Amino acid sequence: MNCFGIRGLNLYYAGFHALKDISMDIEAKKVTAFIGPSGCGKSTLIKTLNRMNDLVEDCRITGEVRLFGESVFGGMDVNHLRKRVGMVFQKPNPFPMSVYDNIAFGPRSHGIRSKYELDEIVETSLRNAAIWDEVKDRLRKSALGLSGGQQQRMCIARALAVAPEVLLMDEPTSALDPVSTGKIEELLLTLREDYSIVIVTHNMQQAARISDSTAFLLLGDLVEYGGTEALFAMPKDKRTEDYITGRFG
Amino acid sequence: MRLRFDEQLSELNTSLIEMGALIERAIASATKVLEEQDVETARRIIAEDETIDEQERDIESMCLKLLLHQQPVAGDLRQVSTALKMITDMERIGDHASDISELCVYLADQTYIKKLDHISSMANATIKMVKESIDSFVKKDLALAHSVIAYDDVVDDLYSTIKKELIGLVHENVDNGEQAFDLLQIAKYYERIGDHAVNIAEWVIFSITGKHKNKQVL
Repeated sequence: MNCFGIRGLNLYYAGFHALKDISMDIEAKKVTAFIGPSGCGKSTLIKTLNRMNDLVEDCRITGEVRLFGESVFGGMDVNHLRKRVGMVFQKPNPFPMSVYDNIAFGPRSHGIRSKYELDEIVETSLRNAAIWDEVKDRLRKSALGLSGGQQQRMCIARALAVAPEVLLMDEPTSALDPVSTGKIEELLLTLREDYSIVIVTHNMQQAARISDSTAFLLLGDLVEYGGTEALFAMPKDKRTEDYITGRFG
Repeated sequence: MRLRFDEQLSELNTSLIEMGALIERAIASATKVLEEQDVETARRIIAEDETIDEQERDIESMCLKLLLHQQPVAGDLRQVSTALKMITDMERIGDHASDISELCVYLADQTYIKKLDHISSMANATIKMVKESIDSFVKKDLALAHSVIAYDDVVDDLYSTIKKELIGLVHENVDNGEQAFDLLQIAKYYERIGDHAVNIAEWVIFSITGKHKNKQVL
């Protein structure tokens, strides 16, 4: 089953054609990686999936993105879309409040008030993000006191707290040390069982390690998209080969 | 871009060519020893097998360092992994040249019960296969790799011919049995060398196409 169906997607920032006629299906409950050099359009593409480009001035989009068959550009409420499609950013962005309140923020904004229910969501989300044991005794302390790696896993927990179907991750480990990166990669492999994950990464080895499918973008074009192992072992397009082997230039 | 890596891949190719030259020379020398019953050269070949083993270890280390330092993907990954697979077969070819030489020492003071022309033909055919299998890797020549695999039939046919001849000789005179057995074993070593060259060619095809024995590896 596909979580996203993208057809003929074009995106323009004023006169700049950032995404060119992208058509692809993204499989549900798999990890899909977007790779490509800076400026290739991979972050623009991932942001389009939960309409993060809506507020970008002079951004014009044509084509279609469907989430489990429903058009995300049509009548879909953007808050509802972002509940279903969570996002984790490159730099951990904890809110300046306690760990508990960070996690409970989303559920509360969706109307959950019961303490019992919120307690359960906070614990489950932190457990699913593999950080419960590290923060269970400091839930009421500021999230800003956590290490970078812990903050990022807490942000993943915060995204999980609203029970999304898809997690979008824009270079989620690029600001983290190898140990924290390893923990997040392990986490993604576990989360894949319940969530569809789309990740933008500059780290080729990371894409090879954790993703099931990989898409290579270049200058707004989707150059190649397929199974990760096949793409890294035997890329079909010379531009993909040149990029992943570091001979691109 | 990645100039140092490209240099290292080129050094890897050079080392494989050198190891290839060593094993080709070992097969050629073993054949000469067989024909001329030259015990001294036979002992030298047996001793030189250690050089081939060292070369295997050096190339293995080079490949592991490349995997560690460069984390190759795509064509680079296939090149390095193919080199790692090839050297195992190349080392075994060196062993077989040494095995042939050991039997030659044993046969040195005997009069041969048959002409060695078919065994010499087998030797030449296997030298050609070994040389071309390594050339196909270095030149990324798919057609040459396929021709190596096809040529194995020539070696197998020669082995069958030799086997029939030797069985005939034993039927004629049972005293021929012991030497017939040794000569058959020598022919078998050449036949195995041909098989190792086929293995090399099959991995060369993988390095070019991503498929090993017609199956996608990844």
